[in-house]
Amino acid sequence: MTAIYGLYDNPETAQRAVDGLRAAGVADADIQVMSSEPFEEYEFSHKDSATWIHWMAGLGGVVGLGSAYLLTTLTQQSWPIKTSGMPIVAPWPNLIVMFEMTMLGAILATVLTLFVSARLPKRLPVLYDPEVSNGYILVGVQGPDRNLTAALENAGEGRVKTIG
Amino acid sequence: MNRTRNNPLADDLVRPLLHTSVWFYGGVLVLASIVACGAAAWAYQLWYGMGVAGVNWPVFWGFYETNFVFWIGISHAGTLISAILRLVNARWRRPVTRCAEVITAFALMIGAIFPIVHLGKPWLFFWVAPYPSSRELWPNFRSPLVWDFFAINTYLIGSLLFLILPMIPDFALIRDRTTGRRQRIYGALALGWQGTTTQWHRLEAAMQIMAVAIIPVAVSVHTIVSFDFSMAHVPMWHSTIFGPYFVAGAIFSGIAALIIAMAALRRMLKLHAYLHPLHFDNLAKLLLLMSLLWGYFVFSERLTVWYGNVPTEMAVFWSTQRGAFAPFYWTMVVCNFVIPVSILSFRRLRTIPGVVLVSCGVVVGMWLERFLIIVPGLSTKQLPYSWGHYAPRPAEVVIMVATFAAMALLYMLFSKFVPIISIWEMKVGNQPHPAVSADEDEERQGLWRARP
Repeated sequence: MTAIYGLYDNPETAQRAVDGLRAAGVADADIQVMSSEPFEEYEFSHKDSATWIHWMAGLGGVVGLGSAYLLTTLTQQSWPIKTSGMPIVAPWPNLIVMFEMTMLGAILATVLTLFVSARLPKRLPVLYDPEVSNGYILVGVQGPDRNLTAALENAGEGRVKTIG
Repeated sequence: MNRTRNNPLADDLVRPLLHTSVWFYGGVLVLASIVACGAAAWAYQLWYGMGVAGVNWPVFWGFYETNFVFWIGISHAGTLISAILRLVNARWRRPVTRCAEVITAFALMIGAIFPIVHLGKPWLFFWVAPYPSSRELWPNFRSPLVWDFFAINTYLIGSLLFLILPMIPDFALIRDRTTGRRQRIYGALALGWQGTTTQWHRLEAAMQIMAVAIIPVAVSVHTIVSFDFSMAHVPMWHSTIFGPYFVAGAIFSGIAALIIAMAALRRMLKLHAYLHPLHFDNLAKLLLLMSLLWGYFVFSERLTVWYGNVPTEMAVFWSTQRGAFAPFYWTMVVCNFVIPVSILSFRRLRTIPGVVLVSCGVVVGMWLERFLIIVPGLSTKQLPYSWGHYAPRPAEVVIMVATFAAMALLYMLFSKFVPIISIWEMKVGNQPHPAVSADEDEERQGLWRARP
């Protein structure tokens, strides 16, 4: 596998590198940006911001609620015990179990969606540099079909490296 | 702007993981010994039966339930405070959140042990879990103890995930800064994290959702713990105010525990550059607010009982005001209200030692509050024939002390293996803001949507 990337020590330069790659004709989907912290203030960080995670959390909550309803109702009906004058299927106490399982469902669905959509866990891919953890921002392209060295170097002070 | 030539932030926060002082080993040894004593006391109780504990008719809930409620209350320090500060985007939260979330995780685990210790036959604790047994006898969902099972487990799972998820980028950072076995371990924990824009977006979105979800769960947990009492016809328990009263008390004791933990970390790990007097000052203001709220709840509860003048309740009331429990009651009032209001109201006195001193008092006062809710009510029930006396026995005291040591031990071990302050969140806090107009920002955000 081949790859080319630049390591930049500030987000402004990284932004220029991203812009340079675009100007060189690289599609946004092929540009990879990695950093040891999120940079919400910069345009390059808004890539892939659309997500289904909120909807999945809601769906998880609905599944949790449904499971709790079935758990409480079916078990109370399958072993009917009269307690303190309450009905066999007692709605008020069941609401507590339903609430907790709704929230649990939402939380678990959120975490599951996070792992699936962020593709975790996985082996560390080839296009990565431990310098990212020292504060550098990696801007790179995997399997480039043209020479992008100039596009990355013209961004400003940084180190351009190639793999493969 | 060069952000990388000097990286003292990461260096400072990773240093405790890589270098171990002799004090650490000494502390672990002492605390582990106390925990071992607690385990031995529990084993002694298991061997000889519940008779070695002071609980007996009519006071079947003594120290164990007091500690259960106390530790569940302490657990409110972390995730709840962290989630609220995260949602309101309080910038000063960054060094505080992980310190707080760890308290929740460990306090919940410790608190959840006590009902099992109290069972006498702990190997049957799973009977409370909903599973299809061969007799088709399901748990009774009308029992508050089953509600506890659901609430505590939901909060524990949610809190652990809320704690662990933001640790993944920090594990990746340690992976890249270490070698050998450490690198392999932290590499496995980092789950292949690269820090791509997609990963950051998903992580932050997940944290926002969990912050929203965890707040009502935290409130429900202590409300449900209060239902253990308020659903029973025991004098001064059957009260509608118990839910919010317990939640307020839990947050109160939780903040106090957080302040103590932060002060200890600041001193032991030399985190003066990150845990500033400002953090203690802000938390002290929260503590003052909760002290006033706690005082309001206590006054409301006491006034209502006194005004109602129901004989069975008045017996419990007077036992705490001027009877056998009065010394504990007034100590509680002094620790939870008089001292905090007297000291924290004045900026000059809200120094770190002053705030820590008040917090220690609050922890003592809140433990006494839990004790005074449980024991006087049970020992002075409706009919005088069922009045009784409770005194803790050595096994209960040793187990209680061991749980405090367990908390300190777990906290020490955690801060040895995980950065106790979130490195990436601190970095975000230090980021300069680029000068961009609102129109430019909107245009930039739209770029990714418009492009293929």
